[in-house]
Amino acid sequence: MNQTAPDIASAVSAIIRDDRGRLMAALIRSLGNFDLAEDALQDAAERALTHWARSGLPERPDAWLLQVARRSAIDRLRKTKRHKAAEPEVARLMEEDEADRAEETPEIPDERLRLIFTCCHPALEEKTRVALTLRTVGGLTTKEIAHAFLDKEAAMGQRLSRAKTKIAAAGIPFKVPERRDWDDRLNAVLSVIYLIFNEGWTAGPGEEPLRIGLCQEAIWLGRLLTSLAPNEPEIEGLLALMLLGHARHEARFDASGAMVPLDHQNRADWDQALIDDGLAVLDRAVARRLPGPFQIQAAISALHIQSERAETTDWPQILLLYNRLFALSPSPIVALNRAVALAETGALTCALRELKALESMLAEYQPYHATLADLARRDDDTETARHAYLSAIRLSQNPGEIAWLEERLATL
Amino acid sequence: MKYIALIYAEDGSSPAPGEPEFDEYMQGYYGATKTFQETGVMLGGEALQDTSTATSIRIRNGKTETMDGPFAETKEKLGGYYLLDCKDLDQAIEMASLIPDAKYGTVELRPIMEIPDQP
Repeated sequence: MNQTAPDIASAVSAIIRDDRGRLMAALIRSLGNFDLAEDALQDAAERALTHWARSGLPERPDAWLLQVARRSAIDRLRKTKRHKAAEPEVARLMEEDEADRAEETPEIPDERLRLIFTCCHPALEEKTRVALTLRTVGGLTTKEIAHAFLDKEAAMGQRLSRAKTKIAAAGIPFKVPERRDWDDRLNAVLSVIYLIFNEGWTAGPGEEPLRIGLCQEAIWLGRLLTSLAPNEPEIEGLLALMLLGHARHEARFDASGAMVPLDHQNRADWDQALIDDGLAVLDRAVARRLPGPFQIQAAISALHIQSERAETTDWPQILLLYNRLFALSPSPIVALNRAVALAETGALTCALRELKALESMLAEYQPYHATLADLARRDDDTETARHAYLSAIRLSQNPGEIAWLEERLATL
Repeated sequence: MKYIALIYAEDGSSPAPGEPEFDEYMQGYYGATKTFQETGVMLGGEALQDTSTATSIRIRNGKTETMDGPFAETKEKLGGYYLLDCKDLDQAIEMASLIPDAKYGTVELRPIMEIPDQP
């Protein structure tokens, strides 16, 4: 083989990018230690650069990396721990190494489900779960995660390192939770993925592309999860919700970068392939007859998307779905969305009354004010609408959103 | 792994003797202790007297200073503990959730630091 150094470097980083989660999971499983696994994989990647430049890509680069990483871990254990204490661990790792070498094509068991549950353990802070999942399962670098979350790289590095220390010191297990805890723990994982998606969703055009890339990253994680834990309708519900949302990505901002709300979007700009994919995933989920909040939200999204024009949207059906969603997760944000559906079915006065009842809970929530402004305008209550637009503008982080709100305010 | 479950509660937050829920509350403690023993995780545990009985000491410049009261005046006070030997944090969480004061206050789980024996 005759590959140049940059070729090899990009091959190594591509393999690490694609296989990082699987390799990390396998290493953590056998080493029982996040930090050691990460260092060992780093060593292996560095060694691959020189070794593969000399002798070409191995037949199974992933198996090569895993084996070299395991040996590097053995070396590190011998060096850092007192020799005696490390002995049984080293012996066990050497046995694993022998066993793998004896096989023609060593199987790397996919331990990523354990890895995801560990990264999303509720004993870790929510933002830490997000960062750790992106770093360990998704293979983003610390720098990329810091940029995507508009954070300093050093702070993100510290957060990740504190998390790894806590996992080891507090005994957070590397395992799939037991049946008894499954629903709660799965929900924790799904919220992490949805948080990643939403972080990307709030990014406007012209923002850091890495932020928008978070949507794809979240969808990738959702797909991975459906393959690791099939037959779980809420995972499929979340995946469908993200696909149907992301399908509208291009249509959400106009050429000037101003936000375009759903009912003003050009439906031809929606990504039909993503829509088909999302609807198919949702169908599979619904067929399991175990409804949950993500499936209901995806179903609402599907009703919007399946309508040919904004005016033909099936609002009564959407209202019914919001009622069911509110019964399952009675949050003020669900109540806010339900009020919008109520207004769209013609019950404007009733919707405004329900909306105003939410004020104290949602005073700092931008969409509350944007919604109130819109409904008050329809009710010809210009004064309330004006105040609400101003509050919404004050609370908005996104220039595209501000542009849209200012335009609406000017036409009052 | 060894964990200490530190039980914090505000004064008057948990049922007091004579109140209708008190029996259930105490039964909860007996039940939790029994489960810890039967599961084989129980290493120890005690209830503490009120912080009004606490004395804090510190040595400064070689001199022992004695103070009336707990180390920190906080609303939630340390009222007791269990020392548990669990498989992992998941089991520790499962066990600690049985402590009745988790309903009224907060149970803090802290892993015990393993210090190797002197050679």
